[in-house]
Amino acid sequence: MFAYAGKILHVNLTTGEIKTESLSEKMAKDYIGGIGLGIRLLFDNSKPGTDPFDSDNPLIYLTGPLSGTMGPTGGNSYAVVSKSPATGGIGNAEAHGFFGPDLKRAGYDAVVIKGKAPKLSYLWIDDDKVEIRNGEQLKYKTVNETDHMIRNELGDFYIRVSAIGEAGEKLCRFGAIINDEFRAIGRSGMGAVMGSKNLKAVAVRGTHDVNVANLPGFMEFVKLIHERMKGPATKKYKTLGTPENVLVLNSLSALATRNWTNATFEGADKVSGEYLNEHYVKKVVGCATCGMRCDHIAVVPEGPYKGSTSRLEFECLWSMGPLCGVDRLDAVIEAMRIVNEYGMDGISIGVVVAFAMDLYENGIITKEQTDGIDLKFGNAEALIAIIHKIGKREGWLGNILAEGVAKAAELIGGDAYKYACHIKGLELPGYDLRTLKTAALGFSVSFRGACHLRNGAYSPDVKGKVNRFKIEKGRGKMITDESHMYNIIDSLIVCKFSRGTYYDGWKDLTNYYTLATGIPITPEEMMTAGDRIENLARLFNIREGKGTRKYDDVPYKIKNFPVPDEGPAKGVCVNDEEMQIGLDDYYASRGWTAEGIPTVERLNQVGLGDLAYIAENAMKAAKEAKPEAPVPTVGGN
Amino acid sequence: MVRPQDRKFVTADPEKCIGCCVCEYACSMINEKTFNPTKSRIRAMRIGPLVNLAVTCRHCEDPACVAACPRDALTQEENTGIIRVDENACNGCGWCISACQFGAMNMHPDKKIVFTCNSCTDNETKEPQCVKWCPEEALTYVSAETLAQKYRQKAVKNLFQTVEEEAKKAKK
Repeated sequence: MFAYAGKILHVNLTTGEIKTESLSEKMAKDYIGGIGLGIRLLFDNSKPGTDPFDSDNPLIYLTGPLSGTMGPTGGNSYAVVSKSPATGGIGNAEAHGFFGPDLKRAGYDAVVIKGKAPKLSYLWIDDDKVEIRNGEQLKYKTVNETDHMIRNELGDFYIRVSAIGEAGEKLCRFGAIINDEFRAIGRSGMGAVMGSKNLKAVAVRGTHDVNVANLPGFMEFVKLIHERMKGPATKKYKTLGTPENVLVLNSLSALATRNWTNATFEGADKVSGEYLNEHYVKKVVGCATCGMRCDHIAVVPEGPYKGSTSRLEFECLWSMGPLCGVDRLDAVIEAMRIVNEYGMDGISIGVVVAFAMDLYENGIITKEQTDGIDLKFGNAEALIAIIHKIGKREGWLGNILAEGVAKAAELIGGDAYKYACHIKGLELPGYDLRTLKTAALGFSVSFRGACHLRNGAYSPDVKGKVNRFKIEKGRGKMITDESHMYNIIDSLIVCKFSRGTYYDGWKDLTNYYTLATGIPITPEEMMTAGDRIENLARLFNIREGKGTRKYDDVPYKIKNFPVPDEGPAKGVCVNDEEMQIGLDDYYASRGWTAEGIPTVERLNQVGLGDLAYIAENAMKAAKEAKPEAPVPTVGGN
Repeated sequence: MVRPQDRKFVTADPEKCIGCCVCEYACSMINEKTFNPTKSRIRAMRIGPLVNLAVTCRHCEDPACVAACPRDALTQEENTGIIRVDENACNGCGWCISACQFGAMNMHPDKKIVFTCNSCTDNETKEPQCVKWCPEEALTYVSAETLAQKYRQKAVKNLFQTVEEEAKKAKK
């Protein structure tokens, strides 16, 4: 095989056993790589009902077929898949930077890590030589310190490290795995799974060749994409960057503010992409092999956080800015920096802090319980202080919040659940679902919980292609079609910022794939692979008891707190009736039952007949159980 | 006979280079027909997000690598300044590697002898492949003379920046 390494590495941290198996061409073509291959390997290497923190829960590192090639964005990527401690279902995230290509050059399409090391350790993959090394000296070190210490210890600057910080070690349920300082396997708590295995980092050095099937053709394609990357398709990412969204969403009453209390932010001008670039951005850098560059590196020039340096994108700027009512970018940059050091998901942490601020403002938690922190919306110092506490699991509140909003709400009790904004246990990303209702439906059915990147359902709303204040028939198909594309993007592991450069869509992607791998594939076959991955992920969630209709829902606040702000969105929120219409429409477009279970026929069509028994069991259980009204998701596992 | 100040080499602009390594992939693709940065004659150094630079052979006058070689395996081409490695004479001792101040001499992982920039030329652009592929236009294939002129111009422009701005304002 070309471009693929053709090999899967298995590491057992309990026994120290290390072995490899080969990757068949059929498996490669059926699941592409990245999250597609990862979800299949998760299925095949885990037992139903395994706790995410059980040593038997596999943590799976993956490269994509393009990793290690000169392919822009596809060349520099990796993904991690495991059972998520946030949702109890599929956990997955992808990161770019410099780590992925080395893992491919070391010779692996996937690394399946099981077991639990007897003491803190790190995994050292030096081409074919794989070693579990003592990591006790790395205890509670920041991600960046860990990176430097490992490279010093092993004596090679070009070793790439993917590590967790203190938060992952302390099983924060939104712990992230981070490479190259600020590139994160961010969502769904993969860092906590790593921490539960006593695994601090994976260090890799790959020196083998990566060869593509058709080198001249491949280089022509790379040239084409480089050219397109200089054009309009990536302009946003190269100029203001994703923080451009701040003013766009604010003008649409879709900038969730103060934990979805408001949908517009009076301080938007002070945290806008325009303001960020004018006052803070020093340089725009990029990942390996990429012709685009999008990393806006912000440096605080003065004040209490002088010198603080971090990459800042819209999602994290929003979560720690407007969502917490904070209008000070210097504090947001510092918050982002420390979140990366502790190794936490930059989206979830902001939602968690905003949740705590909402509880504080509503008298559900007291100043005594916050250890004296005045957790009012807009208090930038309080934001920084509580992040430190969460990262360390310090104090009653810090410890509880490290569980994420879903579990924290359960632990706090009373009305706390009303303020916990999550789907299936994963905190909402930066869109107000009350005023972007295709997004409300799309996020609710995402297999990793609340996520804007499983089907991009915010896009038709923001672009004005639909009536965004309403869920109606037809949205289901939109979401279904896009989900296939997003699944393939994350399986090829090309960057979502590059998606506009594939002018011919599926044709470009299949061309890219075949030039690299030499494996012929048609656009229809690749679309089916996207469909297969979606059904597979759904089956995993069903197997784990988290995959049926009642889990596809939006948070309490989105349904019960109408937008109070003046303007066209005043009074809007998602009602249950339209949610049910949307779910029926979506399931119908997928060929799933009303319970949201894939039919056997559908599974056979996408080549998952071997797993149809899971759907059959679920249908039987649904028939036996009394019909129950959908309830707000409680999440967790 | 080419004047030494007119010999060309590849250099990276520190203000433009982002350490993306495209040059490494382009180099190994052309010279080794594979994607493998450890076989690249140019290496990007990313010390931190704001500290990046690609580095390769600068075709020095009186090159230290040539002087250091105990087996006379290295020679410098007079017209181009390119350092040529005699593959039969080199035994991979690496003395040239310690002599080079830029870390531009590298050990080839398969051949076990040293290798460095050969100013490979693209038929179309007449420039090395790394320069052709650099998406940031940070790399240039340039002579010492042109490089000196470029930085002199920049320094003088910077010095008189305020004067120029005031003149512009006055015009308005």
